[in-house]
Amino acid sequence: MSPLPASAALALGDDALVLSHRLGEWAGYAPVLEEELALANISLDLLGQARILLSLVGDEDELAYLREERAFRNLQLVEQPRGDFAHTIARQLYFSSYQRLLYEELARGDDALAELASKAVKEVAYHRDHAEHWTLRLGDGTAESHQRMQQGLNALWRYTDEVFEPIEGLSVDWPTLRERWTEQIAHVLQQATLTMPSGPQGDAWTAGGGRQGVHTEPFGRMLAEMQHLHRSHPGAAW
Amino acid sequence: MSTTDWPLWEVFVRSRRGLSHTHAGSLHAPDAAMALRNARDLYTRRSEGISIWVVPSTEITASSPDEKDSFFDPAADKPYRHPTFYEIPEGVRHL
Amino acid sequence: MTTMTPDAGTQDEAAHEARFNATVAADERIEPRDWMPDAYRASLVRQIAQHAHSEIIGMQPEANWITRAPSLRRKAILIAKVQDEAGHGLYLYSAAETLGTGRDELLDRLHTGRQRYSSIFNYPTLTWADVGAVGWLVDGAAITNQVPLCRCSYGPYARAMVRICKEESFHQRQGYELLLALSQGTEAQHAMAQDAVNRWWWPSLMMFGPPDDESGHSTQSMAWRIKRHSNDELRQRFVDICVPQAKSLGLTLPDPDLSWDEEREHHTFGPIDWEEFREVLRGNGPCNEQRISQRRTAHEEGAWVREAAAEYAAKQVQQQRHTREEDIA
Repeated sequence: MSPLPASAALALGDDALVLSHRLGEWAGYAPVLEEELALANISLDLLGQARILLSLVGDEDELAYLREERAFRNLQLVEQPRGDFAHTIARQLYFSSYQRLLYEELARGDDALAELASKAVKEVAYHRDHAEHWTLRLGDGTAESHQRMQQGLNALWRYTDEVFEPIEGLSVDWPTLRERWTEQIAHVLQQATLTMPSGPQGDAWTAGGGRQGVHTEPFGRMLAEMQHLHRSHPGAAW
Repeated sequence: MSTTDWPLWEVFVRSRRGLSHTHAGSLHAPDAAMALRNARDLYTRRSEGISIWVVPSTEITASSPDEKDSFFDPAADKPYRHPTFYEIPEGVRHL
Repeated sequence: MTTMTPDAGTQDEAAHEARFNATVAADERIEPRDWMPDAYRASLVRQIAQHAHSEIIGMQPEANWITRAPSLRRKAILIAKVQDEAGHGLYLYSAAETLGTGRDELLDRLHTGRQRYSSIFNYPTLTWADVGAVGWLVDGAAITNQVPLCRCSYGPYARAMVRICKEESFHQRQGYELLLALSQGTEAQHAMAQDAVNRWWWPSLMMFGPPDDESGHSTQSMAWRIKRHSNDELRQRFVDICVPQAKSLGLTLPDPDLSWDEEREHHTFGPIDWEEFREVLRGNGPCNEQRISQRRTAHEEGAWVREAAAEYAAKQVQQQRHTREEDIA
């Protein structure tokens, strides 16, 4: 079994950590009580994945709480503020579709990640299912929900290019993954009477993206909130 | 019913193979597919189940407690349906 | 639910009532379709609803710390706990629903201030240690209150409570463990823990409600076996449990009058500030406004989502009907 490169564990671990955090922001604000349960479940699944992945690299808390913004390797997609429910569902659809395809492929491998991926793939399949069901209901629900859902999809579209950037140390057929992802998203959106966004999938700035430690402005604030207590008591145990 | 009112569903959970589905409670959901998912999140988040049924509460027809006598009493005087009715000599096993 | 009703009206009210009383007296459960006195039904709806509201309002002071939890382990525990509270709210709303009052109606009563929730949640969680104090003291008091409810005379409520109590046992433990880690941690952490306990102790004692001689609903509720122990009895039990626990935490309880009474074999404690209790109940607690307004906002901002899902479901039904008609044609 080949050891998992730290860069890959960090990238995947940070994705899960940051998205879990953003979903955690819904606690007490979900549109209906049943959804409090669902969003918390997804958040907990992701946090569990993050803890395993980060622990492969070092101490989970040191990595989560003591790194600076530029050292995080998560996608910009997952760090965006939660927005309204449609926004959150749009992100869930984009991300869980990607994560499922990726983890399915990783689960077939023989490295340290295969075992983790084969457990996570079941969780992720459920996240995908949740996102798909809500995309259908919001897209083909009322005029307002349709418009909000389309808006969420459009707004996050520009963060989807980066999703398919190869991660160092993972042998994944990225072009095929991207193709399948695009097909799946198109299929769901069509069923949901929504339109595939047409704008650019990335931005014009070539400084890099989340995988290179280049993040968006809201991320710094998110980390400030997440890390402040831990950092206020250096060396303390919790 | 206002448009934001979701109907009520009764939830039945099979906790493990070999057991029947047991009523666990109820919940609200817009449709059956969501009811199943909500039930999974609400009633099995500590792995309490391996299979779930959801039924619209309005689809359940119940006997009335007032007809308890006519409905259930006839069964009450047929003790021979219960194994404890029969006296078995001591020492006889596997019966 | 529809019922096959046999010839109703054969039995008169008195016979119904006699049967109801006998069932309660025999310590058997009353079930949703049984006859019950109107006042029993009303009293249960009020109590279960208040309990359900407390669960969902109670999510807020703890959710306040999810994004700042100082370790990933603590964060996972806290998310799971707040999630449980939403779940407990749902169990209880469905128990209330069996009495004929729907969740939307109950939520509306909460949002418009016609129904209450436990006033403990009108206090703020100012530091991380408050998450521990809420778990240890607030959940501890709640469990003391709730365990007897598992034997409440109304079946659906009792069953909901069995499930809730089972799940809540981890809530109190995690709070205790959290405080212990702080108490044994750095000086600053220890001080944080002590400060939280100082602030939460008295409000926790108030959770058991006014003293027995002032409690309006108690006598009837006890007779109906909705309630099994008096407010003061439960409060005493709670104090007796907490005193040794505080000691093993290495923390003190903020009551100079606290002492062991050999004769009664109970702890004696100082006077509770019932004026503060009444004021908070009246809406003048530090967070009354904030809690209810957040709840209302979440509900209002979620309206379009609930509408969308209902609309989608209606469209699906219509489509199916359409397809079926085509098949027949």
